[in-house]
Amino acid sequence: MTATAPIGLSDLRSYLHGLPGVDKVGVEARAAALGTRSVKTSSKAKAIDLAIRMVDLTTLEGADTPGKVRALCAKGRRPDPADPSVPSVAAICVYPAMVPVAAAALAGSGVHLASVATAFPSGQAPLEVKLADTRAAVAAGADEVDMVISRGAFLAGDYARVFDEIVAVKEACGSAHLKVILETGELATYDNVRRASWLAMLAGADFIKTSTGKVAVNATLPITLVMLEAVRDFRAKFGRQIGVKPAGGIKNTKDAIKYLVLINETVGDDWLDPAWFRFGASSLLNDLLMQRTKLTTGHYSGPDYFTLD
Amino acid sequence: MPKTSSSSSKVTPAEPAGPAELPVSVRLSVRKTYKLYIGGKFPRSESGRTFVADGDNVALASRKDARDAVVAARAAQPGWAGATAYNRGQVLYRIAEMVESRRDEFAALGVPAAELDATIDRWVWYAGWSDKIAQVAGGANPVAGPFFNISAPEPTGVVAIVAPATLLGLVSVIAPAIVTGNTTVVLAAGPQIAITLAEILATSDVPGGVVNILTGKYAETAPWLAAHADVNALDLTGVEHAELAAELERAAAGTLKRVLRPDAGRADFTADPGLKPMTALLETKTVWHPKGY
Repeated sequence: MTATAPIGLSDLRSYLHGLPGVDKVGVEARAAALGTRSVKTSSKAKAIDLAIRMVDLTTLEGADTPGKVRALCAKGRRPDPADPSVPSVAAICVYPAMVPVAAAALAGSGVHLASVATAFPSGQAPLEVKLADTRAAVAAGADEVDMVISRGAFLAGDYARVFDEIVAVKEACGSAHLKVILETGELATYDNVRRASWLAMLAGADFIKTSTGKVAVNATLPITLVMLEAVRDFRAKFGRQIGVKPAGGIKNTKDAIKYLVLINETVGDDWLDPAWFRFGASSLLNDLLMQRTKLTTGHYSGPDYFTLD
Repeated sequence: MPKTSSSSSKVTPAEPAGPAELPVSVRLSVRKTYKLYIGGKFPRSESGRTFVADGDNVALASRKDARDAVVAARAAQPGWAGATAYNRGQVLYRIAEMVESRRDEFAALGVPAAELDATIDRWVWYAGWSDKIAQVAGGANPVAGPFFNISAPEPTGVVAIVAPATLLGLVSVIAPAIVTGNTTVVLAAGPQIAITLAEILATSDVPGGVVNILTGKYAETAPWLAAHADVNALDLTGVEHAELAAELERAAAGTLKRVLRPDAGRADFTADPGLKPMTALLETKTVWHPKGY
């Protein structure tokens, strides 16, 4: 599926620019309106468990150590040691150098292991380096790869180069799932977000992801709405379902539930599954656990009762 | 709370504008809505509810307001505890100065002059204790071994307070909690007095979140704070019903909170408070340090 794009490279540019423009005011109003839904009691409990199952528990710091990554993996396998009914998260997301440690810690747990690659977070490296980065991560045991696109090339209008890079990285991934980070905070307009989404999907992405979490503007509801519309329209046209992963800035349960409402109202049940929707987050998990504890015990919980990382 | 001058302060007729046959416009005074004080801001209740107390509109706090207040108090706690004792003392003294300049406002709310004097003195008294309590409540311990052994008092953390209705009572429970570096969520009984005090705190260099004041029915919000896992201590001074107090103590036991239960309602706040109100909200940290040779 990778190299066989449904359209030729020559008309890629006219294809992307032929996509309908995004109504900025409309999409923001729609996202804001959907964000006001009230989800309570048993529905909230289900939403929290689903959100926990959708978390890509992430640590992407220069200061990551094997010990910290092992602790994170333990938390991902069993988020609340005091309560075995809490489900595991979807995946652990680390830098390539930490993949062997995480792979050993996650063995047999069913928790996926994602690694960022391709000169994360800037993407400003030669293609050969990016491919080597990807192969190393996959060889070390990552079954999901989060790549960044070359925003510089995309913004300069060099869509073919971005397309070719995604195709090449997808090939280097082998059987590993490829998530393509659009870094929407640097794309400036919703139209660009829509074009980049389609470009990534046409090039063979399995997931499209909003952000690296390393720039000022990360995942927002309207941007995720634009991307959800893109995967919906892409499936309607080409019959292939693509996942969506907002990342960065989603810090509490209320935010997470807004995203779940957005999925339900935009693309429907098919995407309400960890296989098709993920949250790239770290602090979100603790808030989900605190809210879950509140629902099960009837009193408010506190951060002292959960691990920091 | 009786109001001595409410009628004269509420509506001030304007000067007649001209000849008698022209319509006379009467100026309507701007009335204050007493809102909550959370994280240094004055929000309405999240629930949108209000109630009328002595003719004033007052926010009726919900359990979510209490939760938000705990979040604000927790966020403010490390910074407030980390400020130097000297700095905290200065801030408390500043509060005394600001109460002094708002005497008329409190008088209009029915606070007697003697109580106002006592209130201002109490702030000053506690301000003085900020850099002295550690010497009195802690110190070096003699031990049989080659160690320095030092006990130092540290703040308990976030304290939920059910406050008495009077201004002096309110200050007598807030000041000893915050002077040592705790932060507080206060359920106030006398709403106008409490929120007027909040306006003073907001303009006295007290960092936002150190004191959070909720008005309304404490019987509704206190159980949530008593059981809240992120609250470290519970001061029940203002709880008048023994049954409710016992219930709150039971709820607090679930998270091993420190609970203060002085004689509610019967406490004489004009008496010398002593050190107990401060030391009750301190934890002692003892450090063993090897002596070098």
